[in-house]
Amino acid sequence: MEDRRPFAFWALAALFSLFLLFLYGPTLTILVLSFQGPEGGLTFPMQGASLHWYRVLWQGVGVVDIWSAFRRSVALGLVVMVLTTVIALAAGYAFRRRFPGQGALFQLSIASLIVPSIVVSLGIALEFRLLDDMVKALGEAYDIAWINEGYTTAMGLFSSGLGAHLTWTLPFGLLIMFAVFNRFPGALEEAGRDLGASPWQVFRHVVLPLIGPSLVGVALFGFTLSWDEIARTSQAIGDRNTLPLELQGLTTTVTTPEIYALGTLTTGVSVLVIGTSFAAIALWRRVRR
Amino acid sequence: MTAQAESVAVPAAQAAPVAAAAPPAGRAPLWQATPLGLVLLLFFILPLIATAVVSFWDYTEYSLVPDLTLRNYREMFEGCADFSSGGCTTLRTYLSTFRLCAEVALVTVPLGFLVAYFLAFHVRGEGVRMALFLLCTAPFLTSNVIRMISWIPLLGREGAVNQALLALRVVDQPQDWLLFSEFSVVLAFIHLYTLFVVVPVFNSLMRIDRRLIEAARDAGASGWQILWHVVIPLAKPGIVIGAIFVIVLVMGDFVTIGVMGGQQIASVGKVIQVQMSYLQFPAAAAQAMVLLALVLLMIAVLTKLVDIRREL
Repeated sequence: MEDRRPFAFWALAALFSLFLLFLYGPTLTILVLSFQGPEGGLTFPMQGASLHWYRVLWQGVGVVDIWSAFRRSVALGLVVMVLTTVIALAAGYAFRRRFPGQGALFQLSIASLIVPSIVVSLGIALEFRLLDDMVKALGEAYDIAWINEGYTTAMGLFSSGLGAHLTWTLPFGLLIMFAVFNRFPGALEEAGRDLGASPWQVFRHVVLPLIGPSLVGVALFGFTLSWDEIARTSQAIGDRNTLPLELQGLTTTVTTPEIYALGTLTTGVSVLVIGTSFAAIALWRRVRR
Repeated sequence: MTAQAESVAVPAAQAAPVAAAAPPAGRAPLWQATPLGLVLLLFFILPLIATAVVSFWDYTEYSLVPDLTLRNYREMFEGCADFSSGGCTTLRTYLSTFRLCAEVALVTVPLGFLVAYFLAFHVRGEGVRMALFLLCTAPFLTSNVIRMISWIPLLGREGAVNQALLALRVVDQPQDWLLFSEFSVVLAFIHLYTLFVVVPVFNSLMRIDRRLIEAARDAGASGWQILWHVVIPLAKPGIVIGAIFVIVLVMGDFVTIGVMGGQQIASVGKVIQVQMSYLQFPAAAAQAMVLLALVLLMIAVLTKLVDIRREL
């Protein structure tokens, strides 16, 4: 190992530090400004320090019911998290062996990641519109009362919204599972099988304990990506918005530090989830040791 | 990330010897892959088919009219051949979107490369490297909109940058081009998407056999020569994948351009969103099909630059 660091190291280290400042600086700015005094505005200087804007936020933002949007986003995020983990794990398991359509499924997953979100979102919206038209036509044709009277749309948080989120989170989940199983010691499974374990027992007692920390990672991606998703949700959510969509709308109407308080709170949830995940991974590793 | 996937998918397929020692696979893998296939069928393939079909439909102010018409495509390109009037809106929109792509790619790719290069080649110690890598990528897991609005207190008319410029007497009045302008849009894109370059390039750099660098040095190559003739060619797959991510993300964007551009800047994604809000679904669908075709074409061209499968 060299004793003296070359000049390139210091130049790149400086650039790297500036990059980190660039990444985190603005977010820290709104964190600070969210504690503005009641007289304070959207920019520096601070007019005192207070929890005023958090109190305002707690009472609700104007006409928008921000707290029910908050609850909707948490609920959706949790469902996306569980489904992403389970579906990506199952698919990752499947990809270790050959099955028909393997190549196509892999390419579709990648395509789902790189096709522009607005196209996916529009497509889901159109799909559900066509579905609604069909259901209504059916209702009229066969005189089905509950459709003719009560049915409006199948679009919603846990149908089109959930689907839109999964097209975004599942490819990431699958890629993580690939990386995990690629490094997986297959000999351990073989040993389990030789000792007479059933495929389920091998999974439950050999595979699961080893890949647990990675599954926490998949779950982390599932929740946080859903929690912040806008582009794919925008056209496909129906009439009740998620929190990030409400937040996007508020950027043009709210002109007080309240928006910073909401931003800080939302980021706080993300940071909490990331922190919890890392703690869970560390704990898992320690327990197994 | 595609390269990572390709590279891990191949060994995954080659893992067959392990599987061969297992009891016959039977239908288990098929069942295990079914949920993923179903989700993609329902929320990816069918929506794309619906978009393709509806792009040929007619529409009125109130409803969709099933039809087979080229109206939506015709209206999109109306007047495009007439350059005397500055071309058509569609062409101008695409040109403005391409320009944004180019500006963003020209900054994010070199910047992302340098950050990844520092992490992979200059940071000593695996723990420190992973910690710094996570520090670079963690913002991906936080909200884009919040990361956008956090520029307001810095770039606004009364913002910190203007205050500093005024105090230093660089300018004599607050600058308006800093926020809700093309500048702030590009800055936000760089802020949001550089990590999409960092991750795949870092992945490529970490795969480089360090003995190749030593061999080049022993053969008398200078630092620049090693970077230019050894490191960059070997990192090409990662660079291309990063560029694909950035370009595709900017091509389809409407959120960043909307929030940071003060709803003033044109982009293809924005046009689709506006048409959706006016319930002109077939017109939006036609726009989406053209955008999709262009994006796929760009990916095809970019992937031609490197044979990802072979290079990894």
